[in-house]
Amino acid sequence: MKKNSLILAILLFPFFIWNNSYAADGSFHLDNAKIDLDDQQSLQRGARNFINYCLNCHSANYMRYNRLQDIGLSEDEIKKNLLFTADKSGELMNISMDTVEAKKWFGANPPNLTVTARSRGKDWIYTYLRTFYIDDSRELGWNNLVYPNAAMPHVLWELQGTQVYKDNQLSLLKAGVLSEQEYDQFVLDTTNYMVFMAEPAKLVRHKIGYFVLGFLVILLILVINLKREFWKDIK
Amino acid sequence: MSKKYNGFDKDRRKFLLTATAITGAVGISVAGIPFVTSMKPSEKAKAAGASVAVDTSKIEKGSLLTTEWRGQPVWILNRTEDMVKGLSKMETNLADPQLKVTSQQPKYCQNPTRSIKSDLLVVVGICTHLGCSPTAKLQPKGDMGDNWTGGFFCPCHGSKFDLAGRVYKGSPAPTNLVVPPHKYIDEKTILIGEDQKDEA
Amino acid sequence: MERKNNLMTWVDERLPVSSFIKNHLTQYYAPKNFNFLYFFGALAIVLFALQILTGIFLTMHYKPDALHAFASVEYIMRDVSFGWVIRYMHSTGASLFFVVIYMHMFRAIIYGSYKQPRELLWIFGVLIFLLLMAEAFFGYLLPWGQMSYWGAQVIVNLFATVPFIGPDLAEWVRGDYLVSDATLNRFFAFHVIALPLALAGLIFLHLAALHSVGSNNPDGIEIKLTKDKKTGIPLDGIPFHPYYTVKDLIGLTVFLIVFTTIIFFMPEVGGYFLEHNNFVPADPLVTPAHIAPVWYFTPFYSILRAVPPIFNSQFPGVAAMGAAVLILFIVPWLDKSKVKSIRYKGALYKKWLAAFVLSFLILGYLGTVPSNIWGQIPNFIPLLGGLDLATFVARVFTIVYFAFFVLMPFYSKKDKTKPVPNRVTS
Repeated sequence: MKKNSLILAILLFPFFIWNNSYAADGSFHLDNAKIDLDDQQSLQRGARNFINYCLNCHSANYMRYNRLQDIGLSEDEIKKNLLFTADKSGELMNISMDTVEAKKWFGANPPNLTVTARSRGKDWIYTYLRTFYIDDSRELGWNNLVYPNAAMPHVLWELQGTQVYKDNQLSLLKAGVLSEQEYDQFVLDTTNYMVFMAEPAKLVRHKIGYFVLGFLVILLILVINLKREFWKDIK
Repeated sequence: MSKKYNGFDKDRRKFLLTATAITGAVGISVAGIPFVTSMKPSEKAKAAGASVAVDTSKIEKGSLLTTEWRGQPVWILNRTEDMVKGLSKMETNLADPQLKVTSQQPKYCQNPTRSIKSDLLVVVGICTHLGCSPTAKLQPKGDMGDNWTGGFFCPCHGSKFDLAGRVYKGSPAPTNLVVPPHKYIDEKTILIGEDQKDEA
Repeated sequence: MERKNNLMTWVDERLPVSSFIKNHLTQYYAPKNFNFLYFFGALAIVLFALQILTGIFLTMHYKPDALHAFASVEYIMRDVSFGWVIRYMHSTGASLFFVVIYMHMFRAIIYGSYKQPRELLWIFGVLIFLLLMAEAFFGYLLPWGQMSYWGAQVIVNLFATVPFIGPDLAEWVRGDYLVSDATLNRFFAFHVIALPLALAGLIFLHLAALHSVGSNNPDGIEIKLTKDKKTGIPLDGIPFHPYYTVKDLIGLTVFLIVFTTIIFFMPEVGGYFLEHNNFVPADPLVTPAHIAPVWYFTPFYSILRAVPPIFNSQFPGVAAMGAAVLILFIVPWLDKSKVKSIRYKGALYKKWLAAFVLSFLILGYLGTVPSNIWGQIPNFIPLLGGLDLATFVARVFTIVYFAFFVLMPFYSKKDKTKPVPNRVTS
């Protein structure tokens, strides 16, 4: 018994050194994005935010528009309200911006955002979009705490307002259209959507998983009894 | 041997074996579903094969528009009144004028003109013989000979079709040209790839 | 019934199916005292079959082309119906394959399953392990993410450290001056056909050797030495089928529970099975801040990093990493102990084994993190001052790792063993 528990401890060893951290460029503390993939309203708002604000410069071209049906939008709603860059809802979320031009404007190509939630993590996106501040030393006048010297300007400044960074503290210089709370919710919805977009299967994965595990537990009970029955022979 | 097997419950053993086998078989079959369905057309293929909307107002009377649906040419022929009238006179020359092979057109085109609106014919431009695309010979006579009343001619093996895509007797092609599922979204626009609702 | 017999006779006259089933299942006698560590061999075969199966279906949709590879993986994850299940099965299967193989090897080591007469069985096993590492390495490039790309870049550059022919060798392996489309294409060929084929052959030989010498057991006692005088059946042996087939079903089901839990609830396993940075497409111009191989390579990667360059050459580190695997081949001849199983070995051996397991795990952990993770050794300490603490620890445990093998002839001989009974214990 003692030996078995030792072996078990060895087996579980990897879980003690759990590495949940995403490789961050800076060591800035990330806020926890309390997203909820079951909240379809939030996902739909996020989809609208993403398509309106992000999908002008960033493409998301592993994602098809009609996949938005997974978060409760109908095909007609997608066609009417969200289909700005494509003709058919089966098309990918492409953008029309020329990559060469983009490089001239921003100094770098805006990356494809389809799976960014999987490479950076939800907390990174949530914090990143809330920590832009005015920095005159930068070409476009903006800097960011999570991703210092990011090439991206603060696209959402009209919503958030403008922030300054002084004495290790961000403070609002000029208020935006949204209150702080509203803006946080706006970013949270967008993050929620980006997590969904990075892995649409996540919405069904857990549900299928419970069925599979339930089935396997039944099978386990059966095979344990089967083994015991047969091993009665062995003296 | 016999001593070893003394004292076990035969029925219980049999029951457990059967139950495990059945459960295992169910598990394996269900586990096969992802593999089997993964070979169906993907979302990409479905998007590429999505229905195509065509504005018919720009097709002149007596002329043909070719469009593409699922990688196949689809013809939309705007037939003149004479052309439509001529269809009924053809029957003796045709292999299946009564449209007995019903798989070649949807129910709502199971009519003498093989169309929803009598003038507009929608048909897949692929010969039912070996898959060549026939050439449109819409005008009577000409290089098709004096008896020709207009239709389609397949250059591969000489199959002939009339202006409703019905095959001539004696052609290598066995059946009429296929009418794809289609419907009118409004007066002028045809959506190829989706069936019209039954009430129409 | 009669019809069935007739058919069986007809087949048997042409192909010895019945006698094969007898020899290898119903009348193949395995020791009756296997414990749970004996599940892992069967599990490895199941995993091999699963990897082949899922691999075939992934190949239907994957494109081994630098321009399309990353997108084609995302295509599998979203556009192919249930493609994500198949992909997660394959990625999880790869990691679990190594869990299973490491447990399988650990079992062989503690019960002395490599000792006479099973040396060849062990050698085939080590060969399988080697090929499996190559298979995993080639496969890891295919998703064409940043970690795929830079992992391959680093490993291929190891070849460049070989004296004299190194740079040419690395170029030959890549087929280009950097890891590129050409590299991806050939790695694909190795991953989907060459290595699986070789693995299948070696697994066959591994099993053939096993069935010719018979299984070892936790007591390390040869059951063939005590046979029933009349029947000639080992007294401690039981037919593999049905007894071990039904027992292995338990192991298989428990394994499937772990397997599906990962697939459906945590396919990335915190970045260990699917690394976060691998969701960024490969970019030859940007190196990620921290490159670490997948967890199953990290003990060996740690050894590579631990060995300091000599005469400005990284080759000693590469050689040490290679030696760490290759030394397994000669273990049967390093162990001079009179007994096979750890149950009858003395405290000295057990201490060495514990030190070895500990060093393997710590090296494994250190391989996943940057070497400055624990900071530097303070400068006032002579000789070591300024050195990364983690590097120092890795060096110590690299020495322990090798000492376990190199000193084995001495401590295994000196070790006070216990008397081995004639019959297996339950």
